[in-house]
Amino acid sequence: MVGKDAPYPILDVTAAGVVERLNDAAQELLTGASPGVPLARAAPAWLAQAHRAVASGRARPGAGPAHGPVGDRVFEAHPLHADADRVVWWLLDVTGHRRAAEALRTEREWTGFLVEASRELTSSLNLDRCLEAAARLAARHLADAALVIMPMAGRRHRVTACDPRGRIVREDLGVDVRTVPGLDGALRAFPPAPARWIDPARAPGWVLREEFGAIGSAVVMALPGHGLPAGALVLLRRRRQQGFAPREAVFARLFAAWAGAAISVARLYTEQAAITETLMAELLPPVELRVNGAEVAARYRPAGVAELVGGDFYDVHPAAGSGREALVVLGDVAGKGLEAAVLTGKIRNTLHALLPMADDHHRVLERLNDVLLTRENPTRFVTLVLASVAPSGPRVALRITSAGHPAPLILRNDGRVEAVEAAGTLIGLIDSITSSTQEVLLDPGETCLLYSDGIIEARGGPCGDELFGEERLCEKLRHCAGMPADAVAERVQMLASQWVGGGEHDDMAIVAISAPRGERT
Amino acid sequence: MRIEERVEALWAAAIAGDEYTAADVVLAALDAGVPMESVLLDVVAPVQARAGREWAANRITVAQEHTATAVNDRVLAILAHHPSAGTHIGSSGGRGRVVVACVDGEWHAFPARLLAEVLRLRGWRVDYLGAQVPTPHLIAHLHRAAPDAVALSSSLAVRLPAAHTAITACQSTGAPVLAGGAAFGPDGRYARLLGADAWAPDARAAADLLAQGLRPHRPEDGPPHLPGHEYTVLTERAPDLVRNVMADLARRVPEMAGYTSEQRNRTAEDVAHIVEFLRAALYVADPDLFTSFTGWMTGVLTSRGVPAGALSAGLQTIAGRLPDLPQAREMLERAQAALRAGTR
Repeated sequence: MVGKDAPYPILDVTAAGVVERLNDAAQELLTGASPGVPLARAAPAWLAQAHRAVASGRARPGAGPAHGPVGDRVFEAHPLHADADRVVWWLLDVTGHRRAAEALRTEREWTGFLVEASRELTSSLNLDRCLEAAARLAARHLADAALVIMPMAGRRHRVTACDPRGRIVREDLGVDVRTVPGLDGALRAFPPAPARWIDPARAPGWVLREEFGAIGSAVVMALPGHGLPAGALVLLRRRRQQGFAPREAVFARLFAAWAGAAISVARLYTEQAAITETLMAELLPPVELRVNGAEVAARYRPAGVAELVGGDFYDVHPAAGSGREALVVLGDVAGKGLEAAVLTGKIRNTLHALLPMADDHHRVLERLNDVLLTRENPTRFVTLVLASVAPSGPRVALRITSAGHPAPLILRNDGRVEAVEAAGTLIGLIDSITSSTQEVLLDPGETCLLYSDGIIEARGGPCGDELFGEERLCEKLRHCAGMPADAVAERVQMLASQWVGGGEHDDMAIVAISAPRGERT
Repeated sequence: MRIEERVEALWAAAIAGDEYTAADVVLAALDAGVPMESVLLDVVAPVQARAGREWAANRITVAQEHTATAVNDRVLAILAHHPSAGTHIGSSGGRGRVVVACVDGEWHAFPARLLAEVLRLRGWRVDYLGAQVPTPHLIAHLHRAAPDAVALSSSLAVRLPAAHTAITACQSTGAPVLAGGAAFGPDGRYARLLGADAWAPDARAAADLLAQGLRPHRPEDGPPHLPGHEYTVLTERAPDLVRNVMADLARRVPEMAGYTSEQRNRTAEDVAHIVEFLRAALYVADPDLFTSFTGWMTGVLTSRGVPAGALSAGLQTIAGRLPDLPQAREMLERAQAALRAGTR
């Protein structure tokens, strides 16, 4: 036959499916084949099936060659010639090619897993989210179910479990981790101990959960954090055979390292955020601002966009001094950011202690000055306004003292805006201070506005480089006549913030004190 | 009493700044058996929407508009403490946790606050962060709270670039984003464009969508929207542009010589406002955004006695200063054509 010595197996097969001729290579490959033997008996089923399709003209055009295993190798079958009587088949050994393609596909799967893992593990700084992601990824790609176990905190271990259907359960369990071989070590040892395969039948119920179904093998792995163990991972698999495939072992180790690092970062962030929140609570401006007889509203915006506090502050003390007066304070410490905020906290505490003498603003300011002058850092000074508030019939009586601070503005019902001339020296810089106190009466609907220089020194506007300025503030306030305190404070903060747009600005603080209208009798 | 009458009564109390009467109106509605959600969305919400419309038409002053908002805020606070809201507010939030916030620079907090109250009523644990939340604060909160979803509100289209930043930032923490508010367009087209996971036209629809559950955002949901080159150029140039346009206008419009400094300031603010909307339109590459803004502004200006030609002159002058920005010029021309069609 043609191609008798050809290196590729060639077969002539009749339309009825009987081998007519075959070359040496074909004979060597298909040992049971010889002329007259039906192909279905001499060759694997996939080849016989391909033959029937081609011989009957049912082969799908463009479907590519049929392929399948012959012994331990893989062949493609190419119908070189086909007519009504017979088909000539060439068989091509594609074992190497197919194996390479298969390896590439597996490699791509692992790469996809790593991309997914890196995205899911690093996207959230929330500890529980991070633990969930680690458990879910491990169950999906490395096992059938997985547990992530945190080191003990408050006599309990946080356990995050993911079942074969991807469902997450999170629990704080007071369990003894020594009942699982290798787990205690994985939670303590640094550098991490190697993975340890265990007999799942002997694992306690909180590990071998009902919802996991039948489990045949299990492994305990450490999740290394930044210099400390971040937790441990238990992988549970249905199949009984222990051990990772070589590639799998590499990826499991990589995954444990990433998950451990991500959990450790999320845990640090969560702890830091909790500490900051606790410390910040002392420095944050007060929210409840109702004062007997007057409406008080405040707005606050620190300079730094990521900051919650700054060098401006305000406070409202419902009853100060011997009378029925309340005391409202608004001040501005030199400097910005956390350092300035810490000083505002000290000043607020000092003023709180000085409340019994609030009948005499000058005395309060003198004592505060004394306290600030004894500080080790004399460059830190403060400007502030004190406003004592008392009801006077339907009106509100104010006593106002300014210590080096922008003059408070009074918004009258007819739209007039008056500055309160209560000038005094700033506090914390020189031994002897001066101050003068002004009395102001607010009719129902009228407002006194205390503000920090961050408002009038806001730079921006339509052309980007203009100061907001006191004049513009007064002009805008005229249109606020009759508005409640909260609406005035909101309006002023909105106008100043819009004025700076996206640009930089100083801390901004506003307190509006109004005599309410239409008070219910 | 019909709902419309209750709306009318609340409206009268709100613009008068009378929070006691306002409280009586909503409490009477609850006593008469109107469900809390309906009081919020069918009585309070229409009053707030009306305040904006009446201001635009110059039928109430800016002080009245702000007073009405302040009264409505108090009304919401009173309703939140009402016993018929309490059973839900005290609950653990069995549905899950939602963060509700306005995007940075957005001052219209009322729609977001309404949504927060409705979601609480429906059993969610709600973190309401309020108006103009700087994105870093929002993100820090999301990392701590790990909510099931974030509802982002924005009313003015000029906040769309900031909204885009906020949407993308929220999604990077793994939280799906529901966008709402007039800024995203009447059909929510800008919410989709900027990659929000869902959009709702109102609080009820938003609550329904959240009840169905939002799928966590995935990067393969599509590449992020990139603003056009002209947006970047116009953003850099905006302050100079306003200054130059003011100078041009002074030459073109002789009456401006007699303007008081307040009038001049207001004109400059109007020009800056127009440029801001032009930037937003370039950001989303949609001329309709700009045209609908100029249509709204015509109403605001004419109701205040500003001649119809003034806005058109402003648009022309701005176009004259942007010879190298063809997209922006086309938007300005389309807006002028729409103005001409409107006055005819």
